[in-house]
Amino acid sequence: MDFSLKIEEKLFLQMIREFAEKEVKPLAAEIDEMERFPIETAEKMGKIGIMGIPVPIEFGGQGGTNQMYSMAVEELSRVCGTTGVVVSAHTSLCIAPILENGTQEQKMKYLPKLASGEWIGAFGLTEPNAGTDAALQQTTAIDAGDKWILNGSKIFITNAGYAHVYIVIAMTDKSQGTKGISAFIVEQGTPGFTIGKKEKKLGIRGSATCELIFENCEIPKENLLGKVGKGFGLAMKTLDGGRIGIAAQALGIAQGAMDETVKYTKERKQFGKSIAKFQNTQFQLADLETKIQASRLLVRCAAYKKDNNLPYSNDAAMAKLFAAETAMEVTTKAVQFHGGYGYTREYPVERMMRDAKITEIYEGTSEVQRMVIAANLLK
Amino acid sequence: MKIIVCIKQVPDTTEVKLDPVTGTLIRDGVPSIINPDDKGGLELALELKDKYGAEVTVITMGPLQAEAVLREAFAMGADKAILLTDRKFAGADTLATSNAIAGAIRTLDYDLVITGRQAIDGDTAQVGPQIAEHLDIPQVTYLQSLKYDGKNTFTIRKATEDGYQIVAVDSPCLVTVLSTANKARYMTVRGIVEAFDKTIEVWGADKIDVDESKLGLKGSPTKVKKAFTKGIKSAGQVYEVDTEEAIGILVSKLKEKFII
Amino acid sequence: MNKSEYKNVFVFAEQRDGNIQGVAFELLGKARDLANQLQEEVYAILLGGKDIEQKAESLIAFGADRVILATEKELEQYTTETYAQAICQIVNDYKPSILLLGATTIGRDLGPRLSARLTTGLTADCTKLEISEEKELLMTRPAFGGNLMATIICSDHRPQMSTVRPGVMKAMEKDETRKGKIDRVTINFNKSKFKVRIIETVKEKSDMIDITEAKILVSGGRGVGTEKGFESMEELAKLLNAEVAASRAAVDAGLIDHDRQVGQTGKTVRPDLYFAFGISGAIQHIAGMEESEFIVAINKDRYAPIMQIADLGIVGDVRKIIPALTERLKGLKK
Repeated sequence: MDFSLKIEEKLFLQMIREFAEKEVKPLAAEIDEMERFPIETAEKMGKIGIMGIPVPIEFGGQGGTNQMYSMAVEELSRVCGTTGVVVSAHTSLCIAPILENGTQEQKMKYLPKLASGEWIGAFGLTEPNAGTDAALQQTTAIDAGDKWILNGSKIFITNAGYAHVYIVIAMTDKSQGTKGISAFIVEQGTPGFTIGKKEKKLGIRGSATCELIFENCEIPKENLLGKVGKGFGLAMKTLDGGRIGIAAQALGIAQGAMDETVKYTKERKQFGKSIAKFQNTQFQLADLETKIQASRLLVRCAAYKKDNNLPYSNDAAMAKLFAAETAMEVTTKAVQFHGGYGYTREYPVERMMRDAKITEIYEGTSEVQRMVIAANLLK
Repeated sequence: MKIIVCIKQVPDTTEVKLDPVTGTLIRDGVPSIINPDDKGGLELALELKDKYGAEVTVITMGPLQAEAVLREAFAMGADKAILLTDRKFAGADTLATSNAIAGAIRTLDYDLVITGRQAIDGDTAQVGPQIAEHLDIPQVTYLQSLKYDGKNTFTIRKATEDGYQIVAVDSPCLVTVLSTANKARYMTVRGIVEAFDKTIEVWGADKIDVDESKLGLKGSPTKVKKAFTKGIKSAGQVYEVDTEEAIGILVSKLKEKFII
Repeated sequence: MNKSEYKNVFVFAEQRDGNIQGVAFELLGKARDLANQLQEEVYAILLGGKDIEQKAESLIAFGADRVILATEKELEQYTTETYAQAICQIVNDYKPSILLLGATTIGRDLGPRLSARLTTGLTADCTKLEISEEKELLMTRPAFGGNLMATIICSDHRPQMSTVRPGVMKAMEKDETRKGKIDRVTINFNKSKFKVRIIETVKEKSDMIDITEAKILVSGGRGVGTEKGFESMEELAKLLNAEVAASRAAVDAGLIDHDRQVGQTGKTVRPDLYFAFGISGAIQHIAGMEESEFIVAINKDRYAPIMQIADLGIVGDVRKIIPALTERLKGLKK
């Protein structure tokens, strides 16, 4: 078992760290304050291939691995949780389902532009009445011969409004239950498809989170993704991969908060010495550091399994569950260690704490992850 | 168009610290990087490649670990890479270094040689012009921008002490570039993935036609007699005096430092 | 090559637009000192068009015993090849033991080309030049990004070449009573080697201020207080040939532009001299300037953190000290 990074992974890490420091970090506070989508960063990332890391070269991608992709999300999230999720939702929730389920025509039509960042991607599953109970889909897709007609709405959709390509899950045959759900590709600008309300959120405030509204939206017949009635399974499998991305995001946020805290506790002096010299600080940081490393290994393992075509759903669930809860713990403690300063926007830890929370919720709440792990354990 | 870019692997000297106890340099754990001015040179070459379809060859002289900068250059878009390495080059000052590199370049076809103005470890800014002299080609230093007429003339804007100059020169020629001349591109993901599949040519002293007496320590007119750190900063003097006296102290300090 | 044939200390007297550059006089000052130790003479090399003839005398007043003067049309404007050919001819004829050039844009273009052509050693950016017991030139310079100092020698090759940055050496007091000779030489150019054609020369004052390049910074913090306070700091900076910088507090208060901010969220600077006026020395600021060569802190609080890293600390009111210092410096200039 080789735990060391491959030589190209080391060089990749060097590049993505430099990019995160120089291009992403300077904007992090501002896009959070202004609730502004970092469109200029998305363009820069597109230029150097960060928007298409695990896409094969034949589809205009970078020919990289899921391991490298998860490292990218981690490093970006370390300085900016919002930027991390832009890449994660785009790659895991839009590119991946097309790559894994699309026809050759669909792959050739969508992947090159998604991989280059010319188009941004999104994924619409959640509805006002269908969160964890995703099977309660009420958005419908009716077979109208040479087209599909969509009606309904989706909420809390990441990248909405900036994305061009949306993977939309809808009910094609209510009588079949989960076997009556299908997946579709919808492009921005399609008549009958509008972006609704943009949510004001606690964290990842720069991430665009909006409603999708379908009113007799007609899409071409060939925009069915996968087979009719197989959409629910496709969505669940997509979320498995998405979990690796979110676990990496949570890991990055935790690491970023830890970096800040180590620096601060060394500099801050009270009672005649730096607070890093107090055992209370040392012991707590040791515990948090161990949990961060454990998160990292879980993420690495899940990505490794996906890269090697091994079953990874359970590993991804464990990675997300653990990394998200670790991120919440680390960032909360980070604010505490910074004292009053940590509560102000002068230091980034309060933003990291606000950003961390969502990782316990989206792409499957921690409760869902527990369901997945228990089911796997007790089958 | 064929372009040769000379790059150097250097320790990131902005990260070097002094040991507070011994006062010596801590070199361990200091990351190695492509010298910033050389990166500017590589970026210039890649921009010319984008615009005119040039072939870009990078060359570096150093120990085996200098291979890392060649891989980075590949990942940024270089086409070919040469590692010039040999025990015989060890201990070289700038003249011996430039002799070795010129010897290697002499065996290649080129229209333009690009070097960085200076390396952040040596800081001497000599090797570029010295290479030009050995190759007997004209040089233009402090390049700010370059235009190519598609045939064999370069029109270059270069910095002068108090402004700039536009000059024209035919190929082959050598230019030196500063890191501030452009914003070097990032390596692409695909570039990184493919960089390690590309071949680096490794050349020793036997491949270049240069007399051994001109290489390495033997070929170095300058030698380091001694090297020393500036020492740890000791605490300064604090004066609690009235304004008049304060001015006196400040002025005498300024005089001491030749500032006035 | 016979070392003993090489004698005397030569200085390349750089001129631009017919004006001899300050660094040339500074180098003559140092050359004078070196020549005295070697019991040899100081020669100045002056190249240019007809208009520089009249300037040759000033080189003698500043320390040269002889001026080698070449006035040719080809030397009116500097190009690498014309000047390299001229100086090589002079060096081969006169055989100097030492040749000094200013580390200016021209010096850095010309110096290495010359050293390669003459197959000799060049040590750049020297901060100290001394003569050893063996009568060799000891050239000391910073290396490793400024973290290390190295003393270099060029034992077996001549001339021993060195470039020195402007402002490092000190010119002599001008002595118009000094006597010297002027050698007028004709350069035999190989015109086939003149490959670079000058199309246009433009003089312009750059607007962009890069405080990281400044050798002296006059930096102000909350203690400077007002815009007026910063204006008077600017006056002081002008007198010292310095750039104005600031701490974050001043930038946040809208007193000065962010591109002048020193510190963790601003720029990191390593000037030769850093004045901290009314800056308390929060960690974030210190992190951006602690590597300055010499730090002078003026603050009304004796225990302000900046006092701990200052080389010279003055406890006082910056609002009084800045104008007082400015007045005193104005007086000295006259």
